[in-house]
Amino acid sequence: MMPTKIYAGVDVGASHTKVAILDPEKRLLGSAVRKSGTDFSLTAETCLASALEAACRPVGELTRCISTGYGRKNVPFRDGTKTEIGCHAKGCYHYFPMEMTVIDIGGQDNKVIKLDGQGRRLSFKMNRKCAAGTGAFLEEMSQRLDIPLENMNNLARASTDMVELGSYCTVFSATEVLENIRRGKKVPDIVKGLFYSVIKRIMEMDSLTSKVVMTGGVVAHNLYLVEMLGEITGGGIFVPEFPQLTGAVGASLFALEEDS
Amino acid sequence: MTDKETVSRKEFKAGKTLKEIMANHFYEMDEASRTGSKKIAWCTSVGPAELLRGMGFLVFFPENHGAMLGASRTATELIPYANALGYSPDICSYLTSDIGSYVRKKTPLTRAYGIESVPRPDVLVFNTNQCRDVQDWFAWYSREFNVPLIGVHTHRDISEIRDYQTKDIARQMEDLVPRLEQLSNEKFDMDRFKEAVGYSRRTSELWRACLESAAAIPSPWTFFDATIHMAPAVVGRGTREAVDYYELLLDELQERVSTCIAAVEGEKHRVYWEGMPVWGKLKALSEQFASLKTCVVASTYCNSWIFDQLDPGAPFESMALAYTELFIVRDESYKESYIKDCHKFFKLDGIIFHDAKTCPNNSNNRYGMPERLSRELGIPVLTINGDLNDLRCYSEEQTRTNIEAFVEQLEEI
Repeated sequence: MMPTKIYAGVDVGASHTKVAILDPEKRLLGSAVRKSGTDFSLTAETCLASALEAACRPVGELTRCISTGYGRKNVPFRDGTKTEIGCHAKGCYHYFPMEMTVIDIGGQDNKVIKLDGQGRRLSFKMNRKCAAGTGAFLEEMSQRLDIPLENMNNLARASTDMVELGSYCTVFSATEVLENIRRGKKVPDIVKGLFYSVIKRIMEMDSLTSKVVMTGGVVAHNLYLVEMLGEITGGGIFVPEFPQLTGAVGASLFALEEDS
Repeated sequence: MTDKETVSRKEFKAGKTLKEIMANHFYEMDEASRTGSKKIAWCTSVGPAELLRGMGFLVFFPENHGAMLGASRTATELIPYANALGYSPDICSYLTSDIGSYVRKKTPLTRAYGIESVPRPDVLVFNTNQCRDVQDWFAWYSREFNVPLIGVHTHRDISEIRDYQTKDIARQMEDLVPRLEQLSNEKFDMDRFKEAVGYSRRTSELWRACLESAAAIPSPWTFFDATIHMAPAVVGRGTREAVDYYELLLDELQERVSTCIAAVEGEKHRVYWEGMPVWGKLKALSEQFASLKTCVVASTYCNSWIFDQLDPGAPFESMALAYTELFIVRDESYKESYIKDCHKFFKLDGIIFHDAKTCPNNSNNRYGMPERLSRELGIPVLTINGDLNDLRCYSEEQTRTNIEAFVEQLEEI
């Protein structure tokens, strides 16, 4: 009996590389996430190997692979590429087949993508040449405050009097944070202010429709962002089971479509 | 790996003549600058060049030099020198790179033509129809060379053009004459002036025909080709050489159309470029669009050297009208309507807006126009962030991804 076909989506992001393996029924068989590092090709290969191992399938059985993300052209074993905008749209529509706005918060860029009821892209926007509001902003701030990133959710939830940061710029925001520390503001209130700053940057990019799907590694590790956006918009926020994998799943779905 | 494609640009036979025209332009200017054989006027891109020619000046266009600084990718390293003199990185990067170039004594004219520096002006003549920056730009050189700065102050945000506006501009141009006579030591010669306006008019007609050839499917050329071939329309405005050049180019374009030669092999999508070129990335962008089988068929930028109203029979009045009709000085509703006409004429599938960080007057995405046009025309739009010359404002990877995703979006329609 011929083994079932399998499809890989490889999302080489500026921060992390993600691989998703799907079967022809679009079931997620395995996945892996690694830091992208400096050798994108090697990372993509080792990440694929881990994902296939998780799926209990040998490399030789891979039917088709689509790469996406910042390092999409650095994946040596790819059969084709798609942009991360297309892949996040595809992945989100797979999980939530409806008209929606996709918000992807990545390590170095943000995307706001609007889809119609058939999953077609109506418009998309990426952040300008600026890291404000991206994962890099939160990473920078966690280092400044000497707080592990994973602790920031709970700290923000403990806030009673959020500090609102006024600056667009990551560097100036850091100065504002130091200024607030000096003035005796509580760390949870500052951390909540940092999350609010991220949400503000996103909401400046485009208007949102009634249903919003949030994806990306920053959302995966900072679910408080989802709660905060929900509070601001009055609900209608959806998150896929593995938000960090959405782009890779989308790429894998493109691989499957191209094979059929 | 199936996604790697190589593309080759289809060169124009007229390109050889183009190079000769440009070389002659700069050599003539350089010779006059060194020997004083002729007076030299610096003129803004849509300044009163015909009048200057009519008065016997050789005309040098610093904006053309700015574009050369951008295209040669030397602008970005020169801009900081102007910044250090107090010229903000947020103002026109033609201005800052050009002043930086002068301060550092580094010009692309050296590599291209063996010319040491830009020609020394005898007078600086501006028209603020491009922006206020051109006046400030020339004011720096006026102080540097101790030469007069004169010009025309345009009206802005014009909806319907009114008589008082064109009369005012015509009057301002007429008022330049006594000062120019004094500087050139020549009496104003109306016949020579009319002849220059006549050449400009003919150049404009031919340039329009060249640009409109892109309405053919497939298009015989791209916006990127046109940004190169527009040089004689800029520096040779009001001359016989420009007329001859566009007759030659038009023949070649018409031949391409009649034999279905496509600028972009397998053209699938046709888009419009609104805003300034990213001069330092013309080749890279041209190749990316070609690899995506997408032809950028038309642009506001190249269309801005069409001056339908020029009339040698009424030179001052018609110049005033032609320079007031310009897209750049019109109001938002005129601009929208203009782009809608282009959408229909060029059969566009999408529009790309270039938000040039240092050029607000040529960045028409900033007041909601992309969203309105997308809604009203039912086509996708994309805004890319960048700049005409300052590549510090341009993210290569982000732009490439945006363009690729835009074409993916066009494919989904």
